[in-house]
Amino acid sequence: MTRVHDMGGRFGDGPVLPEPEHHIFDAEWHKRALALTLAAGALGKWNIDTSRHARESLAPKDYARFGYYEKWIAALADLLVKTDVVSRAELVGALPDSRPLVEKALTADAVPTVLAKGGPADRPSDVIQMFQPGAMVLTRHRAENTAVNGGHTRLPSYASGAKGQILRCHGTHVLPDCAAHGLGDCAEPLYAVAFAASELWAHPENPRDQVVLDLWQSYLEPTP
Amino acid sequence: MPHDHDHDDHPHALLPPEPALRVKALETLLTRKGLVDPAALDAIIDMYENKIGPRNGAHVVARAWSDPIFRAALLEDATSVVSDLGYYGRQGEHMVAVENTDDVHNMVVCTLCSCYPWPLLGIPPGWYKSDAYRARAVREPRKVLADFGVSLPDHTSVRVWDSTAEVRYLVIPQRPAGTEDLNEAALMDLVTRDSMIGTGLAKSP
Repeated sequence: MTRVHDMGGRFGDGPVLPEPEHHIFDAEWHKRALALTLAAGALGKWNIDTSRHARESLAPKDYARFGYYEKWIAALADLLVKTDVVSRAELVGALPDSRPLVEKALTADAVPTVLAKGGPADRPSDVIQMFQPGAMVLTRHRAENTAVNGGHTRLPSYASGAKGQILRCHGTHVLPDCAAHGLGDCAEPLYAVAFAASELWAHPENPRDQVVLDLWQSYLEPTP
Repeated sequence: MPHDHDHDDHPHALLPPEPALRVKALETLLTRKGLVDPAALDAIIDMYENKIGPRNGAHVVARAWSDPIFRAALLEDATSVVSDLGYYGRQGEHMVAVENTDDVHNMVVCTLCSCYPWPLLGIPPGWYKSDAYRARAVREPRKVLADFGVSLPDHTSVRVWDSTAEVRYLVIPQRPAGTEDLNEAALMDLVTRDSMIGTGLAKSP
């Protein structure tokens, strides 16, 4: 069981089409979709992992046919209902029956400050760092959330069950597998792990090439 | 074991099918409920259209090319160095700078979504968010580079960074030859957005 967003290494997608640097948005509604998503996020009813999981949980046929900002808007509508900020009746046009969270609404004055403040993902943790740079590790055999069936994880399928080398430790970070499901931050060490292209692919383009992924300690075990 | 249920009755299906109308419907609803201020949306758009973009990253790269102490500090702790220049913020909370050399060419992707260093590069381009880039960059980076007109020698290893966590990567492209006499402002003009993602090279003067 995999989800449709986990597309690293997939064949058949055709060429990548470069764009000029000054080209930022394809349509006016893309701008509104971006801004609306950010402003709704400021209400504080979900975190970045919850919102990523909402996009990944779109039906595969919708995920595939929706453009980037269509995914955002669809996931936003789903999240607003899931968190009881908006009702299904309101989505189909009923007049608002409640006005929760009004005091949290983002004001124009606050926008620069909120964007500049960001939302760091590092947290203190009691989990001891198990690996040092240079250590060889093996990634989890299945790229799945171990606590929640079908839940969020950030181990891509193409890098599951693979042998890699620790490049660096980024400190202790929120574990998305927990945070996406209201299970707390579960912060633990996060590492940059390098994999030889030949470890990941049957036909690597060049034996010197590598892929580096940021992986949490619980995704890893020491090589035997 | 809890199960994360998938329903085929996703609430978003209640919105109008046409994307522009969907966004409008949701904006209208949230505005009526007092949860969104349209002026705040305008302010967000203004930030990403006019204030936060790849010239920020180009400034960092040009300074790294010009100032060896700055370069060393950037490679050691990019987050604090770019913060000092005012480039800290949303989607750039944990920065790492990786430097291209004759031996290694770095290139950044996010196969699972579209993670990107917003405070330094702005909103990601359409191709960065495309299925083709997300699917292909990790398996066949050299063919993807060819789509950008870039060809690397076989002795250069390509190192693709898949942004799976909240760490964001900035590629420091190689400084072009013949730029010894250029100042920081002139160097900035050579630093393209794509060169800081690793799908391009810096321009020659």
